[in-house]
Amino acid sequence: MTGHQPLQPRALVMSRRGLLGGMGALALGVALSPRISLAQATGQAPADTPNPLEAILELRPDGTVFLQMPYVEGGQATSTAMAQLVGEELDLDPAMFTVECAPPLPAYVVPGTRRTTGGSSSVRRSYMPMRKLGATARAMLIQAAAARLAVPGAELATEPGRVIHPSSGRSLGYGELARAAAELPVPATPELRSPEQFRWIGKPVARIDGRDKSTGRTRYSIDVSMEGMLLASVKHAPRLGMQVRRLLNEDAVRAMRGVHSVHALAGCVAVVADRWWRANRAVEALQVEWSEAAEPGRFVMRADFSTAKAREEMRTADGPRYNAEDIGDAEGVLAAADKVVEAVYDVPFVSHAQIEPPSATASWNDAEGTLEIWLPNQAPDRFIKMISDASGIDPSKITLHSPTLGGFFGRHFVYPHSSPFPQAVALTRAVGRPVKLIWSREQEFLRDAPRPLGMARMRASIGADGMPTALKIEAVCDSLVASMGAAREAADPTAVEGLAERVYQFKNRKVDHIAYRYPVVVGALRSVGHSLNDFFMESFVDEMADAGGIDPLEWRRRMVSDSARHLALLDHVVEMSGGWRRGPYTAGDGTKRARGIAMASPFGSETATIAEVSIRDGEVQVHDIWTVIDPGRIVNPTSVRMQMQGGTALGLSLLLSEGLEFEHGKAVARNYDGYPMMAPYRMPRVHVGIIESGAEMGGVGEIGVPGGMSAAANAVARLSGERPRSLPLSKTRFAAGA
Amino acid sequence: MKLIVNGEQHELDIEQDAPLLWVIREELGLTGTKYGCGLAQCGACTVLVDGMAVRSCVTPVSSVDGASITTIEAVEQDEVGARVVEAWVRHQVPQCGYCQSGQVMAATALFKQNMNPDETDVQVAMTNYCRCGTYNAISEAIASIKEA
Repeated sequence: MTGHQPLQPRALVMSRRGLLGGMGALALGVALSPRISLAQATGQAPADTPNPLEAILELRPDGTVFLQMPYVEGGQATSTAMAQLVGEELDLDPAMFTVECAPPLPAYVVPGTRRTTGGSSSVRRSYMPMRKLGATARAMLIQAAAARLAVPGAELATEPGRVIHPSSGRSLGYGELARAAAELPVPATPELRSPEQFRWIGKPVARIDGRDKSTGRTRYSIDVSMEGMLLASVKHAPRLGMQVRRLLNEDAVRAMRGVHSVHALAGCVAVVADRWWRANRAVEALQVEWSEAAEPGRFVMRADFSTAKAREEMRTADGPRYNAEDIGDAEGVLAAADKVVEAVYDVPFVSHAQIEPPSATASWNDAEGTLEIWLPNQAPDRFIKMISDASGIDPSKITLHSPTLGGFFGRHFVYPHSSPFPQAVALTRAVGRPVKLIWSREQEFLRDAPRPLGMARMRASIGADGMPTALKIEAVCDSLVASMGAAREAADPTAVEGLAERVYQFKNRKVDHIAYRYPVVVGALRSVGHSLNDFFMESFVDEMADAGGIDPLEWRRRMVSDSARHLALLDHVVEMSGGWRRGPYTAGDGTKRARGIAMASPFGSETATIAEVSIRDGEVQVHDIWTVIDPGRIVNPTSVRMQMQGGTALGLSLLLSEGLEFEHGKAVARNYDGYPMMAPYRMPRVHVGIIESGAEMGGVGEIGVPGGMSAAANAVARLSGERPRSLPLSKTRFAAGA
Repeated sequence: MKLIVNGEQHELDIEQDAPLLWVIREELGLTGTKYGCGLAQCGACTVLVDGMAVRSCVTPVSSVDGASITTIEAVEQDEVGARVVEAWVRHQVPQCGYCQSGQVMAATALFKQNMNPDETDVQVAMTNYCRCGTYNAISEAIASIKEA
């Protein structure tokens, strides 16, 4: 090219050290871990701190704050919640915060937890630690101001960003005090505000990243750039376990414009070039002869694997069997029962399909033996270990950056063969320059770890009063937690979450997980087991209610009658929706409609949901969803509403249209054109109610997924007379109803 | 060839069939426009070409030679685009944000055509995927622009 030099956009923050080098900052590494409780003047590491970068909160001279949180922001508004929690106690507007994911160091681990962003746990885990962090900093700023103004600390107060001395009218900005505050000892028990005084916690504070994300300014992993960087694209073996035997046209590909080099790596080929699209075009042109895996193994995809065949086998699979719940005598009651209801449900594999494809930018410094890497991930501490194990580089020589995620939904946990980092590390070492590897969407579809294919075999006996006397469930799927490092030959709690330990008061119940092994490396999708099991359970609840001639709302009321919390949820959602009417009925626009109801208890929160549907040309239309969440208490009602709406959207997409099928060991879909996510126009209005019951805090981010889809499925069954037992519904043309 | 992006003219020596998306991202260093699928399915790469929404991942750069291209980086310089951005911020639309450059560009194109679109106009224009499921917030933002 001539006449124009490509711009080198600045990389994401290149060096934490540089940031902390600013003069006069108060850098606090406190409160998250009792081990490390110190204030440090910038750049001066106290003796008992292993690393000077372990500052969590940095007050800058200009009054802004830089907070390094233990979590990764990927849309769930955790960064805004952290700014609210710290800001509330520090007395600083959350808008003044910049929040990033902290580096993988022990100081950032909230005691008693693993440092992963998942399980809808970030805010509830750090609710108190982050408040204490803010309160600690505020106390130190007040103490510094007392010395500066020569008045007792008790005469001082704060207003957002300033310490004030009301009687003299004098005040000092936090930024002016930061350096002096950093010299002070850390108070052990800072005073916390009482909830009645909250200005930001529990209020609809605007997302701190809203404007940047509305104007394209947010930098994701895929946007990282380094000086001298080359770009790379890969072509994965068509089935996991296959290896490169030989390249048939390497010379021709090497001669393509911009191509730097061609590489055969483990399970893939890669082209490195001066531009990504040239690398990608070249790797697509590369003709590869693949060899089969030398022997069968855990991570070898069989050529004869198909989802159709797996489903057939799952209908009769018998073990290994892991009992998750066994109360009363479900088998005995069922055997003696006069009236038994049975059903088998199934759901497909589901891709994460986050819109940002995986990438990894790696820079190997041979002279120093160091590696710097930017990688989408939701568990930095585990990834740095994985990178070290895979590369032989000591963790102390690896700098891992965990940028804002362009969606994750469980995609960026540690799953074998599903992260691009091994390839990027191999390539930067091979070419001696920084390399940014991006997986094309097609390559991502080949190596994503999909949500498990699942089946539930359900049996219930119905008593003379129409209520169930016993319930037996066999959940058939592979172990998901085994993909994330747990033993495979063991019980998997995610296989039964949503089925076992439900709030419904069955006197006799038994829930088993029957482990069916498929050669697909599966992963956790937003709401994990709840994304399938709540659909199974809530559908079968309606089947049991119908078999007993009991209205499904009344059935649920009776089965949660001991729990005021759950009764309140049902009352609230019924009221929000204008009163319970199951239908079918004719709506104002002349369409025939019906409603369904569902409850779910994911990740410590409780929900009740009602959905209204109609059927047009055999296709399900979801019009409105009313959903109430009780997460105990909340930090941001806007974030809760948005997360519930977004989770509902994903659940409906699973209900209506998504599924990843395999034939001959290969996923049929290779891009969005073969993988129909719910089209935007099909999104219903989702009305969200929030109850703060004061119960122990539950999660928010994943809670919306199961309720809407399950309620809508029940509405479809009511309207069409056909019970949806196999997803997605796009496989079925439904009757428009009586 | 000549490429006019955000009012600035660039002389490029590049393959005729280079995708506009990657020219914007890699030659010009404007990374607000996103790669999602490369098949014009998801809309993350939406830019304006002479005011119309175009999915740049399947647009050969030669086909927009001499046209006026607007990316998210300059959308606020457009009066309609600025209103769309303000509505997006006010209604707290973005979650992960990755698709939102494309959503904002698609909405800007919609309102540049018609400041009072009906439901069908919106459905036809707003087809970009959002995996976070921000569609309700997008609808609210769009409704607020109409009413404004």
